[in-house]
Amino acid sequence: MTVTTRLGRRAMLGGTALIAFAAPAILSTPLRAAGAGFDGARHLLSRTGFGPTPSEIAAFEALEYDAAVDRLLRNWKPEAVTPPPSWIGMSPPQAREAQRSFQEKRAARAAGGNPPGSAPGADAGAPPPRPGNIPAKPLENANPLQEQGRELRNWWIEEMLVTDQPLVERMALFWHNHFTSGLQKVRFAPAMYRQNALFRRHALGNFATLLREIARDPAMLRYLDGAQNRASQPNENFARELLELFTLGEGHYSEADIKAAARAFSGWGLDPQTGAFRFYPGAHDTGAKTFLGRTGDLDGGDILDVLLARPRTAEFLVGKLWREFVSLKPHDGEIKRLAGVLRGANYELRPLLKAMFAAEAFRDPASRGGLIKSPVELVVGTVRLLGLPVPEKTRLARAMQAMGQNPFEPPNVKGWPGGEAWITTNTLLMRQQILRRIVEATSVAAADDGPGGMTPPGMMPPGMAPKPGRRADRREQMEPDPRPVEGRSLRGAGMSARLGPSLSGVDVPTLTRALLPLPPLSPLPADAGPGEAVATLLLDPVYQLK
Amino acid sequence: MLRRDLLAGLSGFAVVMGGGAAWAQNRQTPTSAPAASSSPRFDRILVLVELRGGNDGLNTLVPYADPAYRPARQGLAVARERVLQLDERVGLNAPLEPLMDSWKARDLAILQGVGYPYPNRSHFRSIEIWDTASAASQTLSEGWLAQAFAGVTRPADRRIDSVVIDTNALPATGGDLHTIVMQDAENFINQAKAMRETGMRPPTTNPALAHILKVRAETHAASLGLAERMKGAPSQAKPYGEGPLANQLELATRILLARVPVLAVKVALGGFDTHAGQRETHERLLGQLGRGLATLRHNLIAGGRWNDVMVMTYTEFGRRVKPNASGGTDHGTSSPQFVMGGAVKGGLHGAYPSLADLQDGDLKHTIDFRNVFGTVAKRWWGLNRDFGVRQPQTLSFIA
Repeated sequence: MTVTTRLGRRAMLGGTALIAFAAPAILSTPLRAAGAGFDGARHLLSRTGFGPTPSEIAAFEALEYDAAVDRLLRNWKPEAVTPPPSWIGMSPPQAREAQRSFQEKRAARAAGGNPPGSAPGADAGAPPPRPGNIPAKPLENANPLQEQGRELRNWWIEEMLVTDQPLVERMALFWHNHFTSGLQKVRFAPAMYRQNALFRRHALGNFATLLREIARDPAMLRYLDGAQNRASQPNENFARELLELFTLGEGHYSEADIKAAARAFSGWGLDPQTGAFRFYPGAHDTGAKTFLGRTGDLDGGDILDVLLARPRTAEFLVGKLWREFVSLKPHDGEIKRLAGVLRGANYELRPLLKAMFAAEAFRDPASRGGLIKSPVELVVGTVRLLGLPVPEKTRLARAMQAMGQNPFEPPNVKGWPGGEAWITTNTLLMRQQILRRIVEATSVAAADDGPGGMTPPGMMPPGMAPKPGRRADRREQMEPDPRPVEGRSLRGAGMSARLGPSLSGVDVPTLTRALLPLPPLSPLPADAGPGEAVATLLLDPVYQLK
Repeated sequence: MLRRDLLAGLSGFAVVMGGGAAWAQNRQTPTSAPAASSSPRFDRILVLVELRGGNDGLNTLVPYADPAYRPARQGLAVARERVLQLDERVGLNAPLEPLMDSWKARDLAILQGVGYPYPNRSHFRSIEIWDTASAASQTLSEGWLAQAFAGVTRPADRRIDSVVIDTNALPATGGDLHTIVMQDAENFINQAKAMRETGMRPPTTNPALAHILKVRAETHAASLGLAERMKGAPSQAKPYGEGPLANQLELATRILLARVPVLAVKVALGGFDTHAGQRETHERLLGQLGRGLATLRHNLIAGGRWNDVMVMTYTEFGRRVKPNASGGTDHGTSSPQFVMGGAVKGGLHGAYPSLADLQDGDLKHTIDFRNVFGTVAKRWWGLNRDFGVRQPQTLSFIA
């Protein structure tokens, strides 16, 4: 039924060429026997990557569907191609020293004096102030932790923009949201970088291995206070979330199991000099513990063994992957079946994902457009789709944050709830506004090479009022924009996106099918050119879906 | 070429998550929709203040005279001279000093030992239990405010029932309650206007798309009334200073002083999950809370709104009596709630849980929070709701 509706609408938009495009989707029964087709390839790529470009879809549509899935999973590379920030080798004492020095200087500035070691009256080495703007702060005056967080986010966003294996990024993001850690609590950016590297290393690897490594991961040991867990006074934070959020899920263990697990992990700590994992035998509880029916002098490794032996662990993980890739509606039978695949493969992830992407529920044309894009997917996907060069990623990161997803800073240990929770009255407004800005950025560049882009003061929420001390605000203040765009209708202003190489030369019907998983709700004007079509399609509610 | 100012200013909008749908899986809705009592009060507003992470009640309302307190709390015990005595048994931790005006004016009620049977120590589950007024064994999808107003016809000119200036909208989620989530009024109004588009037929088969269209429609409708009211509204008498709670309370005050007709406003202060190094963090948070609520009181009195507003704090649980080795505390059970307002009957209510009679190292609650919510529904809004409590009790904190 859905297909018929879509064909009807598309035929009106696109004519006969489009009917030919849409036909394979209708005829593809049984699904397995058919090639992926344009819509099938688009669905696979949009669910497993970031909004695919027409040429990416073209590269997959002629493949048999199984071959297309194989191509996604085969030969994946665990290393990022983007060079990491310079400070990732910093030790905890060095990071503490940098933070201490920053606070000292800030205190000195607040007291009206000059920072220790600086030339009186001037910031040595700072660029000359721009006329009419407040002077720029030299980099060493920035809060090192905040600055590192910014660089870390920019690094990951850069990698997501340039990667040729978006599924690895999506899986790294999935693991970040499963085994959550946040920089604000961890307070040591190199550990957050290394945790991200761990997620990449096992992105499509083995869940059991990843679980064992995350239990010793320095960022995790800081985030959930594992490093403070001693026999004399156990800290239950990690133990509780291990059971509730990482393996079994709520309701499949008792409070006594949490206490036992906390005792078993006691003594798993961090070396204060290197920041690496270290076991402290003296702080480890060697007494007998009973955990989920097993009794003995259990240590952390034993706890993980017990958890990995429980079918529930695979079911819980598969349930989360199902929600990530297939549907917001759980399907108990399918989840149990796929959990069996995962256990049968000794927790290797690729056989599971292969089976999941081949599942009827995934391939069913009626499921297309059934998920809501996360803010990261929306921003990265749009920039990739339009082929925009974005030398400075900070604004993309802040756009993601404004829409409710700040990478390396999940809202709490449960991560981003996702699904329909992505869309609230506030975040939906943000999404529309950010998309407007992105389209506008592509369309007015030639006419505007002057300064631009400051929110009028009245538009700033009270919590975000410009503060001269904040780097990002300073950056905005350096680039004032006389032309506020809030509330302006793109179409009303006659805007059309200027299409880069990724979209140029593509006809409107193909653009429509490439950009949206379902027909647009606001029909395109009959005479819309490709640029206007793209601008309109990006603002259609259906663009929020994948 | 991309302009260098791409997305400039977007950063100005704070992060909002939430919305109810995340909780919507596998949940039953309450089966009974109790009839409304004869005359619901639509002129009264509840300001909910969530203390996120589990506030340590023992170091908020300190049972300083209990000989068991100091030995149990060890290094985390609040020193006697840091306790603001309320009676011969309990007192407030010193950073809450700004609340003493309210206490002396008898418009601050402190409900002692609030919790629920079979306490759950998961943040997410426990706040869900509170926000949906459910029993620990029961999973509900609708927030307690939505349940309270289920089947109650609101005045015809109302477009918004509640404003959530925070990320967790669950108490006001569900039913036919119109809730908007926002961080900044001007931006909300401007953006919602830009969202006005026509020709969008609601599809029936795709829940994700249906959700987006529903939020669009709500946003647009809400913006119409809000824009009108906020225009030329009086400004607050006293500034809130800096910090996330201060900013939220400032917006809440604007909404209240503008007399935007709503039933509830929600704000939140996070950071109470003090597993390590608790003292400094907790005192800083209590200071923010005390200053924020005292300023709110001042501004609402000055604006003539104090008798129409009731402020209520809540948190998912208190903390374990015995500290852990990290100078922090793990998840516990009951803790006190603060209730303030011109119509509030000040003083201590209920009994402080005994430190000599713990359950698994945790305090036993003496007040069921569902009786607190039931009291708010009945005495504040004139709605008879028991929230599933078998023998509901109406408490005496509302005059």
